[in-house]
Amino acid sequence: MHKQKPLVRSIILGIVILIGMIIYGYGFNVTKVNFETTRSEKRLTQLSRIMRALAHPSIFVYEKEENKADVPIYLPCPKDSLPDYSPNKSGPYLVLTPKCAGPGETIYIEGYNLWPNTKGPINFVAFSGVNLTIGHLHTDANGYFNAKVQLPKRKPVDEAQMIRAISRRNIGNPRFSDVAISTWEKIIETVFLALLATTFGTMLAIPISFLAARNLMSDQKASLTNIAFSIISWPFGIIVGIRLSSLVDNILKKYFTDNNLVWNILGSVIGLTIIWFTIKTLFVSPTKDTNKNKTKYFHTISIILIALTSICTILICANLAITVGQSLIEPLGPIGFMGNFMSQLGDVINMIMPISVGLVTGGALSFVCGKISYHISNKMSPIMISITHTSSAIVAGTVIGAIIGNTIEWFYQLDNQIYTLIWPMIIGAIIGLIISVRTSPKYNMPIGYVSYYIVRTLLNATRSIEPLVMVIVFVVWVGIGPFAGSLALALHTIAALAKLYSEQVESIAPGPLEAVRATGANRLQTIVYAVIPQIIPPYISFTMYRWDINVRMSTIIGFAGGGGIGFLLQQNINLLDYRAASVQMLAIAIVVATMDYISAVIREKFV
Amino acid sequence: MLSIQNLTKIYDGKVLALDNVSFEVNKGEFLAIIGLSGSGKSTLLRCINRLIEPTSGQIIWNNLSITTSSQEEMRFIRRKIGMVFQHFNLVSRSKVITNVLSGRLGYINPTLSLINRFPQSDVELAIKQLERVGIADQAYKRADELSGGQQQRVGVARAMMQDPEMILADEPVASLDPVLAHSIMQYLEKLNKEEGVTILCSLHFLDLVHEYADRAIALNQGKLMFDGVPTEIDDKKFKNIYGQEAKRVG
Ligand SMILES: Nc1ncnc2c1ncn2[C@@H]1O[C@H](COP(=O)(O)OP(=O)(O)OP(=O)(O)O)[C@@H](O)[C@H]1O
Ligand SMILES: [Mg+2]
Repeated sequence: MHKQKPLVRSIILGIVILIGMIIYGYGFNVTKVNFETTRSEKRLTQLSRIMRALAHPSIFVYEKEENKADVPIYLPCPKDSLPDYSPNKSGPYLVLTPKCAGPGETIYIEGYNLWPNTKGPINFVAFSGVNLTIGHLHTDANGYFNAKVQLPKRKPVDEAQMIRAISRRNIGNPRFSDVAISTWEKIIETVFLALLATTFGTMLAIPISFLAARNLMSDQKASLTNIAFSIISWPFGIIVGIRLSSLVDNILKKYFTDNNLVWNILGSVIGLTIIWFTIKTLFVSPTKDTNKNKTKYFHTISIILIALTSICTILICANLAITVGQSLIEPLGPIGFMGNFMSQLGDVINMIMPISVGLVTGGALSFVCGKISYHISNKMSPIMISITHTSSAIVAGTVIGAIIGNTIEWFYQLDNQIYTLIWPMIIGAIIGLIISVRTSPKYNMPIGYVSYYIVRTLLNATRSIEPLVMVIVFVVWVGIGPFAGSLALALHTIAALAKLYSEQVESIAPGPLEAVRATGANRLQTIVYAVIPQIIPPYISFTMYRWDINVRMSTIIGFAGGGGIGFLLQQNINLLDYRAASVQMLAIAIVVATMDYISAVIREKFV
Repeated sequence: MLSIQNLTKIYDGKVLALDNVSFEVNKGEFLAIIGLSGSGKSTLLRCINRLIEPTSGQIIWNNLSITTSSQEEMRFIRRKIGMVFQHFNLVSRSKVITNVLSGRLGYINPTLSLINRFPQSDVELAIKQLERVGIADQAYKRADELSGGQQQRVGVARAMMQDPEMILADEPVASLDPVLAHSIMQYLEKLNKEEGVTILCSLHFLDLVHEYADRAIALNQGKLMFDGVPTEIDDKKFKNIYGQEAKRVG
């Protein structure tokens, strides 16, 4: 037994090695590993050419002036005698040896009286006027050069053609090249692209991370009736909310047209004051027992009123921002972008208003329905309770079925109501029925766990798609440019950060959490007072880390049309302009290294 | 006024932590809960304010059924029940005053508290409570800069901020030295005697039980083994509570 063991082990080891060999052998095959190409001379010269170009980033340029010398040449030599040519020796001139030759033959060129110590091309100017560079000159201290060039293989022409030597020298001081200037513009764009993506990604990732934290969600439970009521009320609330906000918007549009500045200002001021005072009188009142029914109704009504006023005020403010912002662009001159910023913010508010009102109404309605169902079920007879239990589950199942069916219809356009509406609803109802039969009305379902897993799955799915791929969809949506890039990066940031954040939430000390809960704090208060203080340092650290990644990512997101410096880089690579590409690579390296350093410093400060 | 009936807690369907426990606590009583480590003391205390969901049984307090209350009703119940913990459970990166103020979270308006706004009267009250436990000068330090004894005083002040009718103390002095232990116990005693706050306190040391408690209950493996005046704990009862091999010290 003991003797066999080493043998078995060696056999296993042998098999493992064999499997490893096969894996890597296949890998070489699939990735077309071919070391011969790395040694071929043609590729090596290409490589060195590119590397040299990269080492000469065209950051600075000089104004140049030229000094030219021409000499006629016959290609091929004429049949009769060669016409005489005597150059003006006071200026720059060229001497050919021999004076004429056949196509493709080699001749010597000597040049005199050019500028000393300069460089430039030697061109063959064909009869048709076409310029061909056939060599380079490099003059000595006396302005003399000699070069050996090969004449082009062209169709024979009887007339004289020309060889032209050009010597160039710099004048004045160097200035930034156009490439450098456009690179600078694009690198700024890149940094801000990363900044916006990180900011908005972080802002959304924080609340989502709480939903994806097991320790905050695991004790969230609700009865099936409760869940069913909120499932039914959510879509309903969303639709009502969207309708409501567009209704308010339409009414407002009548009176607060875009140009009516006075009305807009008046409206926003009045609205804001009303909100401010209602909130003050309502909420700052000292610890009253809000359990009394009278105050409760009062509260509810005033909250609804505040909500309506808020919608109006926010819409008016948004309109005001758009109007004022637009009109400020011109007068502000160089900081006119602040006007644009203002109007864009107003536009964003206008845009997300219906959706947010919808979500808030949905949430509020489902909250109220949950409350009502809870209170009703406390007073109902057992039979009524189970009837509500079952019927609400069935209706909720139907609603979910309808939603899923509609989604399918939207994607696949089956155009068949039986499959995309009727059947999903029936199946949903049946599932609801089954669940309601299998659970008792008192049973508390772990709704927190369910939402935890749903959020986690969504995050993982989103995270696994690279921003470089996401940007393609956004480019289709909002067009090529940095906006598409920021959206793609922000989306990826949300998914990646929410996961990292939520892991931090999961690892906080549970003691303070239970202490704060024990004081009667509600869920949000618990998060603010027990969770957030504990997670600030890791959150800052992760945000900086993500900022790092986003800067790196934003430098190449332009490859897929997402704006930023990547767009220039790709263009220059495609044009084989490696000296320009080199400028962009240099810029990327500097920015990434700087951001790296800054983020390291900030992280050190906070953690 | 607090009545616990047939309370049972089974963790994860396996660990029986409380086994059909029933007892009553009168208003203004100082009740000690004793028992070996793992006997279910913490579980019992956390079931009373539903930090832990009981598996079965009933808890009735001031004619309210705690076990069947909704989340929102629990908020009104919890804010009248202070809690003190063995490891203080302060939010260590927050200021002392913020920790004390968090005792008011059940009272104040939720929306405003989210931006760290407390009514001025509450801030004054917090300073007063810190004065009562003798550390008002530490109010604006970070909680983790305080010593263990000071931290537990913050814990007591936080519970006092709730204007509680009852305090649940889970081994409040187990991680403090004997002198500090007595000073913390004296604060609890003062609250009990002067303001009539009912106190349920789990303790490890019998001398503390004898000194401070009006009454004691004992748990052993989740079962109620004793319910009576501390002086009634004789050698036989002691062995029932702590096991046959246990020896009495002191
Ligand atoms: N969250 C939990 N999950 C599973 N089992 C638990 C959990 N908390 C406690 N238990 C178990 O329940 C039993 C009672 O634990 P509890 O903490 O109530 O004891 P205790 O009397 O407070 O002990 P100690 O004096 O050490 O604090 C123990 O067996 C423990 O292992
Ligand atoms: Mg314990």
